[in-house]
Amino acid sequence: MSAENKVKVCETPKLRSFVPILHCPGCHYGIIIRLLCENVEELGIEDRTILLGGVGCSFTWPAMFNLDAASCPHGRAPAMATALKRIHPDTILITCQGDGDLGAIGLGCFMNALSRGEKLTTIFLNNAGYGMTGGQMAPTTLLGQVTTTTPGGRDSETSGYPLHVAELAATMKGVAYSARVSVHTPANYQRAKKAVKVALQKQIDGIGYSFVEFLSACPASWRITPRECLAFINDRMIAEYPLGEFKNVDRID
Amino acid sequence: MAEKILIEGNEAIARGAIAAGCKYFFGYPITPQSEIGEYLSRELPKIGGTFVQSESESASIYMLYGGAMSGERVMTSTAGCGFALMGEGISYISAAEVPCVLVDVMRMGPGIGTGGCHGQTDYRLAAKGGGHGGYRCIVLASSSPQECFDLVQLAFYLADKYGMLVMVLSDFIIGRIAEPVELRVLDFGSVPEKEWALKGRGKKGGRYDWHSGGTSYPPHSIIQNVTGYHVHQREKYQEIMGKEVRYETYQAEDAEFLLVSYGSSARIARGAVDMGRAQGLRLGLFRPITVWPFPNKELKEAALRAGKVLVVEDSIGEFVDDVEFAVLGQVPVHLLGVWGRHVPGPQGVIHPERVLEEVKSLL
Repeated sequence: MSAENKVKVCETPKLRSFVPILHCPGCHYGIIIRLLCENVEELGIEDRTILLGGVGCSFTWPAMFNLDAASCPHGRAPAMATALKRIHPDTILITCQGDGDLGAIGLGCFMNALSRGEKLTTIFLNNAGYGMTGGQMAPTTLLGQVTTTTPGGRDSETSGYPLHVAELAATMKGVAYSARVSVHTPANYQRAKKAVKVALQKQIDGIGYSFVEFLSACPASWRITPRECLAFINDRMIAEYPLGEFKNVDRID
Repeated sequence: MAEKILIEGNEAIARGAIAAGCKYFFGYPITPQSEIGEYLSRELPKIGGTFVQSESESASIYMLYGGAMSGERVMTSTAGCGFALMGEGISYISAAEVPCVLVDVMRMGPGIGTGGCHGQTDYRLAAKGGGHGGYRCIVLASSSPQECFDLVQLAFYLADKYGMLVMVLSDFIIGRIAEPVELRVLDFGSVPEKEWALKGRGKKGGRYDWHSGGTSYPPHSIIQNVTGYHVHQREKYQEIMGKEVRYETYQAEDAEFLLVSYGSSARIARGAVDMGRAQGLRLGLFRPITVWPFPNKELKEAALRAGKVLVVEDSIGEFVDDVEFAVLGQVPVHLLGVWGRHVPGPQGVIHPERVLEEVKSLL
């Protein structure tokens, strides 16, 4: 095809900052960053959105967006978001947290924010392990899955069971929306994008806490190729963590 | 003169915060400071503010951190074990250099202690810092309800002036005694604009900021310049040590024996000065108001003039370390601590008579 026949079908979202994606090849975080950019732009909320990252691989996320943003201490984004939202109620607060950040050290902080019915949106990144520290077990690690701290595979006798956060969040009265999505195929990307849009709309409408869990590939800690990661999500992750909406209400009485 | 009312130290803290323009408070109940949150939960909604009861002190300190990033004046208060839980967050706030105020109303003992009875056992944690990484906070020690009211206002000003967490250190007795307090609103002057505040870029003319406990706060980014970041911190702390030392003396000019004390213990020591003077003993009192920055030079001069020093504090000895450092071994420093209480149980206190008795044994 000659140059003049080229048609631009896709470009970098305006909200993406100049900072390059700092994640490993095959990691899905870059895809999810794009998805978030698209949603915030399409909803026209970029001038009033504040984005908070956690500790772990989401630490750099605040720098990925041309938005007011902050990186939070480990597991504490919901507490910081609570204060910012209470002080500036017209803003849209998004926390982006990994499975160690939200599911382990920050689970109490997260659950209490749900319990208070804070008007926040949390993007939960479930890659079944600790990426940044080199592949240790997370609360979401699958049974039998080998990590650097479960060298014989995760054993429920000694290491407990996988944590289902989307289902857990759905049990909480103050939650308006809870869903689990994936971006391992284009069709799933579109479904995930829609879920995040619904979640953000719940906050815009002031209904309650909204939550979207992403199943996300981590080739570095899973010790498999990016392509094999897609199969791992499809065959193993979704079997443990079913996709779909667990709660979607327009009113909390 | 402003209105004068009879209130306890804890209520004076809460009223002082409102006088300083603080509309947002985040806290968890713990004795002996719960009255601060109770008062603010009632009063802040009336002025368009918000009170949030957190699930723990770990959450309180991060609500304070998030709240400080909003650019508004925010406060939390705590005591004892709750204060210890906040160490990590205080470190993050110090690294991010965002202004906010923390009140610690001390109780007694390690662990659960005496279940919320009087004591002065958070001194080291407050003055030296309980968090990681090497930071400093200005710490203002109050010894009366009036001073609680005034020092909280000063704390907000200093927090904004330097971009840091400023602590007000109170204790069980100060928190619970009622005295007349003049509700004077103090004006310390202008403070820097908070153009970095997080509120959405639409309210900042399109500007947006990325904050992150020490790693990216321009122009002092620790990732880009480890040395520069720390040199900046050191210069800031040096400036504070030069400009913000505060203390009070009582009969210290011609004293032949100097009592050194802070908080509620300083009231007891002051009583002992009066009793001693009535008996012809030339006693004086030196009371640091800033316990960081500590008035090293001023205390040393007063101690050298007097020649002998007795520290009075209701603990096994924490504040005494700073006094010894200030006088550098040039004057003998003695300590009357928790063993000076009139009864050994949780209701015991150190009486002025006991302080005077100790002074006489040292003369």
